Amino acid sequence: MSTDTERGSEAIGQSITDVDLSSEKFKNRVFYATLVAASSFGVIMLVFLFADIFYEGIIGQQRFGIEISRFLGNTGSQTPGNAGFYSAIVASIWLMLLTTAFILFLGISTALYLVEYAPDNRTTRLIEANLANLAGVPSVVYGILILALIVNGAGLGSVILAGAIALSALVVPIVIVASIEAIRAVPDGMRDGSAAAGATQWQTIRRVVLPQAIPGIMTGTILALARAVGETAPLLMVGALFTDTSVPSGPFDSFSSMPVQIYNWTYLPQREFLALAAMGIIVLLLVLLAMQAVAVYIRRKYERDVSLTGV
Amino acid sequence: MSTEIQEPDLSGDELRGDRATDRRVKRVLFGCASITVLTTIALFVVLFDNAAGYFYGARIWEVLIGQESFRQTVSLSEFFSGTRWAPVRSPPAHGALPIIWGTLVITIGAAFVSIPIGTATALYLSEYAKPTTRNRLKPILEVLAGIPTIVYGFFAVSFITPIVVGALGSLFGISVGRYSMMAGWIVVGTMTIPMVSSISEDAMQAVPDDLRNGAYALGATKYEVSLRIVLPAALSGILASYILAISRAIGETMAVSLAAGFQPQLTANPFSEIMTMTAYMVSLARGTTAVGSVEYQSLFAVGLILFIMTLTANLINDYLKRRFQEVYR
Repeated sequence: MSTDTERGSEAIGQSITDVDLSSEKFKNRVFYATLVAASSFGVIMLVFLFADIFYEGIIGQQRFGIEISRFLGNTGSQTPGNAGFYSAIVASIWLMLLTTAFILFLGISTALYLVEYAPDNRTTRLIEANLANLAGVPSVVYGILILALIVNGAGLGSVILAGAIALSALVVPIVIVASIEAIRAVPDGMRDGSAAAGATQWQTIRRVVLPQAIPGIMTGTILALARAVGETAPLLMVGALFTDTSVPSGPFDSFSSMPVQIYNWTYLPQREFLALAAMGIIVLLLVLLAMQAVAVYIRRKYERDVSLTGV
Repeated sequence: MSTEIQEPDLSGDELRGDRATDRRVKRVLFGCASITVLTTIALFVVLFDNAAGYFYGARIWEVLIGQESFRQTVSLSEFFSGTRWAPVRSPPAHGALPIIWGTLVITIGAAFVSIPIGTATALYLSEYAKPTTRNRLKPILEVLAGIPTIVYGFFAVSFITPIVVGALGSLFGISVGRYSMMAGWIVVGTMTIPMVSSISEDAMQAVPDDLRNGAYALGATKYEVSLRIVLPAALSGILASYILAISRAIGETMAVSLAAGFQPQLTANPFSEIMTMTAYMVSLARGTTAVGSVEYQSLFAVGLILFIMTLTANLINDYLKRRFQEVYR
């Protein structure tokens, strides 16, 4: 018996030393190198992208002498020597304000209904399944929807309000999904406690659930706005101006926006416009960076609060 | 010592008022929730209605109220098999094949960039990378997804086309113009890498370690575990990420129009200009388009095809995701 196992283990030992593993090792090394190379592709493209933007921006400063004060202070213009970003920035701020109002109201209400009130029936499942579908519709299609319904159907014309509605339709699923998660994360014990104290469902939602869920909702809203502020296609379809020589002063003014202005400058053949586009992109990316920073700040602060209440 | 204790008003108006508020709130919230469904319905109605105007010369509602009647203006066979797309020119040509081809060829080309690179990145992140490397690499790749598409369009015009595609073109002795199909592949492929890599990585992370350890115990190498255990086990999740990337590439507008251009033609030459369906829609925004004109309605006919394509992709994606969740629950 014992000799049998000894012989067996000897045989195994022999077979392991006999196998030539160098080809296996080589294969593994090549595979690893391939994976590392593929993973660095995205990083390299990102480096090239930023280097390219800054290079073009510096050309704008040095070869064309585009002053930053002029760039930020002038309105759009057909001549590159006068063109600035001011009207586009103001239009983007207007679009952001209106979009925020729409998506906060619609996003929170829809999420509250789905989590707190909705019965588990076919209508509810339809609404939930539809959210995933809406998130996948191309942005340009939202543009023509609002073009037909609001710009021409309701006769509003190509105004900031129509642009904001298109952007809201595009990003509201993001807010809804984030709000659903934030509201679901509120422990049921808090709802039960509130109900036991005699509160109606709406009182519980207003005074207990919403205050707890607000940080998560805010984070989702900021991320949705970051997506909206960089969108170009729906605004082009709604009829945004390529060159806005006047500064918009209200929701019913015609408009351009930061990405639309960048698009037009990139499209135009003159070299100086490309430099202007690069400077516009730097402004746009700084705005996005600031929004991301706020979102991260809220998330961090919220995480700390949760850990404190947990103690 | 008789202190009067105030009895709570249990049958009172206040309670009834609160309950009424509760019911009203519920109705308002339901109204908001149904707006998302109404948006989908509006998408279908608007797209079909205007597309009917394009193909049959009358909007559906105009026919319903008896104001107009359908008469064929653009035949479906011409639309889907004609090889010249120029609805704005005179004489007009309504063959959408060139722009459908444009969208397909850009999507497939971009998939050849994003799928191998994204999958390899996911395998590296999930199976090989140290936690510190992983925590650094993931946010960087997410930046790639967060950059607005117009910035990729700029990147195509100022770098990819003149420098990368230009250099490749000069190797073959071809001078590259302002736009090229290959530039479209590169920018759209690059921007969809994070979609493939992050969703595939999630799927790979969900594969139970027992499967990996079992394979290691049988003497498998890391390479074999990655390709023969993790990849097949996470397959439906990985496929879902591919479909998502493809769906995004189909609907991609700004980067594609600035990279691949505005010339509708049936060509397989990667150095030539090509027009996608989305680029056609953008090109109409540059001109003045009268409401109800043929080019205005062609916008919706093209939009409808685009919507159906991405909807199909999303339904497949949904199905694959659900299958993957069923396996590991």
